[in-house]
This record gives sequence, C-alpha cells and structure tokens, in this order.
Amino acid sequence: MISKKVVLHFPRSLVNEPVICKLVRDWDLECNILKAKISPSEEGLMVLELKGEEKNFELGMGFLEGIGLTMQPLSLDIVQDKSRCQDCGVCVPLCPAGALETDPVTRKVSFSDSKCVVCEFCVQVCPFKAMEVRF
Amino acid sequence: MSKTIDEINQKIKKGKAVVVNAAEITDLVAEQGVESAARKVDVVTTGTFGPMCSSGAYLNIGHTKPKIKLGGGRSYLDDVPLYTGLAAVDVFLGATAVPDEDPLNKVHPGAFAHGGGHVIEDLVKGKDLRFTATAYGTDCYPRKELSTLINIKDLNEAVLFNPRNAYQNYNVAVNLSDKTIYTYMGVLKQNVGNANYCSAGQLSPLLNDPYYRTLGIGTRIFLGGGVGYIVWHGTQHNPTVARKENGVPEAPAGTLAVMGDLKQMNPEWLVGTTMLGYGVTLTVGIGVPIPILDEDVCRYAAVKDEDIWAQVVDYSEDYPQGKKSNLGEVNYAKLASGKIAIAGKSVPTGNLSSYSKALKIADTLKEWIKKGDFLLGDPVAGLPGAESGYACKPLNERPFEK
Repeated sequence: MISKKVVLHFPRSLVNEPVICKLVRDWDLECNILKAKISPSEEGLMVLELKGEEKNFELGMGFLEGIGLTMQPLSLDIVQDKSRCQDCGVCVPLCPAGALETDPVTRKVSFSDSKCVVCEFCVQVCPFKAMEVRF
Repeated sequence: MSKTIDEINQKIKKGKAVVVNAAEITDLVAEQGVESAARKVDVVTTGTFGPMCSSGAYLNIGHTKPKIKLGGGRSYLDDVPLYTGLAAVDVFLGATAVPDEDPLNKVHPGAFAHGGGHVIEDLVKGKDLRFTATAYGTDCYPRKELSTLINIKDLNEAVLFNPRNAYQNYNVAVNLSDKTIYTYMGVLKQNVGNANYCSAGQLSPLLNDPYYRTLGIGTRIFLGGGVGYIVWHGTQHNPTVARKENGVPEAPAGTLAVMGDLKQMNPEWLVGTTMLGYGVTLTVGIGVPIPILDEDVCRYAAVKDEDIWAQVVDYSEDYPQGKKSNLGEVNYAKLASGKIAIAGKSVPTGNLSSYSKALKIADTLKEWIKKGDFLLGDPVAGLPGAESGYACKPLNERPFEK
C-alpha cells in the first residue's frame, strides 16, 4: 500500500472529465481531494492524496498521463525561503497539517513538505513572505 | 560589591571585559550564585527582534536647483506617503504608512503587501527608490514638482527614529469569537484556536532590567544592525504596572524611544513586515547591554522564562472594547513549549518575536563589547520609574461644538 500526494494540471479539454471517478473505480485508489480549482482561463488544478496498491497507482498515473494530464509530486510546491524566514513562529499554530514546527532547542522553524496539504495559509499569514507556492 | 560604568568601560577598552548573554547569566547564577556571578561578569547582553510599529526614519534629501519646499506639500517614496510637516527638504517615513491607492482591508482580509516598513528595508539595502513630490511653491522655493531616484548613500541624513520600541512584556492574544480575526498580534483563529505572544522573554532588554536601573537617555545599544541610542522613554511607557515579587511586570510596562544613523544599519535587522488584515510594520532588532553594577542588577538579569508572566487577553471583544479579560496568565516557558491551557483547552502558541534572532543580537553585541569596539553609554538621565507615578492613560474624550 502506498500513499502519495500529487498535483494534477488539467488542460482545458479535460476540465469536465470525471477522472477521479475512473481512478477509484478502475484502479481501486482512495482519493482525498485536498484542493481543486479552475482558473479563469479554464485550466484545472487539483491536489490529490492517493492511497492504494503500488501497481494500481502506477496504472492510474499511466492513465492520467495518457489522456494529457501533467502531474508532479506535491513536495515541489510549497517552499520555505530560509533567507526571508525570521523564525518567529506565527505560522506554526496555524498550519492545519502540522507541517511547520519550532525546534525546542534552536527555536528555528522548519517546514516538512511531506505533511503539507497546500492549504496556502502559511503563504498568506507569514509576515515576511517567506513561504511561497510554486505550481 | 559594586562597579561603575566607567570602570567597566576601562576593562572593555583593554579587551578584558567579561561579557555573557542574558540566557548564559541565568545558568551562571544557578551554578555559582549571584554573588560570584556579579563579581565575575561585567556586562550582560540582551536582544529582541519583533514587529515595532512606532518606528520610522527622517531623511534630508538635499536641495535641488531650483529649490523646492517639500514642507506642506505631498511627497512619496516608492508610492508610500511621507510626512512633510518639517523643513524644506526634510521628510519623515513611518513604518506603517501605505500607498494612497492601497485597498487596505476593503478586500478581505487585507494584503498590505507594501508600505513604510518595506521602504525602510529597501532604503537600508541600498536600493534606488523613486522619490516624487509636489509643492505649493514660494518666492524662495519656487519649484513645484520633483521626480528623482534617490539612494541612502546620497542623502545628507537618514536617521532611524523610533518613538516606541522594545516593549517591556506584552499580552498573549486569543480570539473567543466564532470567526477568525486579523490583528496586530497576528491572525487569531476562532474559539481560542491559537494563542499569540510577542516577546523575547528572558532575552528581552527591559525584562532583564525591570526597574531601569542601568539604562536611560544616552545608553548605547545595538539598533538595526548598527549602533544606536536610547533617547527618551517610549510612548505609552507605563512603569507603574503591577509587578511580580521578582520585580518583573506582569503586563505591558516600559518602552524605549531609540535613534541611530540608518546608514550604518543592516537590512537583516530592519525587515519590512506585513500583518495580514491589519497593516504594514517594521521588524526591528535591538540589543541593550546591561552593566552588572551590583548583585541586585545581576539577580534581575538572571531572570528566566518561567518567572516572567503575561496576561491572556481576548482580542475579539475585550481588547477592542477596552474591557479587562478574565482568562488568566501564563509564563514564557509554557508559551515556548508550544501549548498552553486556557479554560481547560490545550491551545497551540505562536510567537511574533523571533527568539533565535534575539539570541543572535545578544551574541553579536557580546562580540562587539569583547572586542573593545563598543563602550557602554552612561545615561545622562533615567527613565520614569516604578515609583515615579508616571502612568499611561486612555484618552478622555471631550467632544466640542463643530
């Protein structure tokens, strides 16, 4: 069983396709939709957490690529700019996923992208604009 | 035993002063006792790095040909309005100023991406900034418009002048309502979703000299990465606030007005800051050296986080309406642990002030003093103290006939 977070970019032509339904029915993948939005130019963006058997995951990803979706692992997408981060700590209690932590000894703030659900709250809240979203 | 600032300065000049930071003195006193520590240590350095809204800089941009009178007209630096109620080419740039066209919090919650604090940071970084001005023109200053790039290097004077910095203690802010609120203490989640505080605690300057015995007007400090001075007590200075037995105020008390030459400061320690939904400000780095004049001074400087208490205040209703909160108090060790208990609920905490950067300031100041580069200022006057009767009052509104 594996669990992965992926960011899917839907071209205009696929915005209305029920791809999640296929991933669930055909490859038995548990889909947790963390974020879904369609931009004014009618391109879609979805952040999904997928759980299932590894081979089914591979088949599901193969299907998505085959119909023209581009995807990337989530870890590329929220970035902590250490040169802007002042290690204050206001972001820490606001992260719903516990992806931001203060080290009790150094009192510095670290970001764990494996826990991040890309809610983007830290990006808005950081007083020094140290958190960036890169899609 | 007692030492004078002059004696300590003689040791500093010879490179023989014993200097530790405010966390180290705590350990030293715990190991060796106050008497021994006070004899050995000459200076304890403190530090703080947090948002300080009552900050700004006055600039003299130099005269033009033909001359212009900025005073009484409108001037902007990178679209941020300057205060022009001074002499012909003197202007004041405040940390919380925002561009005329800024949507503020009319577009919820309010991005406040650019303002005075960011311009001050850019100025210190040595960037070229756009200065624009219109003036009413006089016989001696006939010019009515000016548009030029300026750079801090070319200004006659660029002086950081902060009417209120280094608050001695502050509140712990929570939100009792059922909607997220946006305040100067940060974003506060509904139903006490988080608790924000703003202090360097045991490293904080005025918490290490709670009765202002060793500092006052003329104290030389680390300010914005360079050298500055305490020049007055800050606005809202409130020395008569209730204190615990150890002398440490349990609510916001003293403040400092500080000043220094912006040209020798560093953008690492003057950072433009956005408080979402609230406004723009400047995060300022300050470090105050405490001369260990006697055992009492040493005892106060050895204060630790668990002995410094702050009041929990509701910012959804109580604070804006000027009502007292009944949510209890908490110490800074508990706050630093990441979770505190409020009305039986475990609440995650967030600090607006960076402890790790405060430590870096205290350590930097320590090195400056040890090297002999930084002598202690001997204050020419003290700050209003706890027995002075000086207290911060609210405004007594007196309407008048229009």
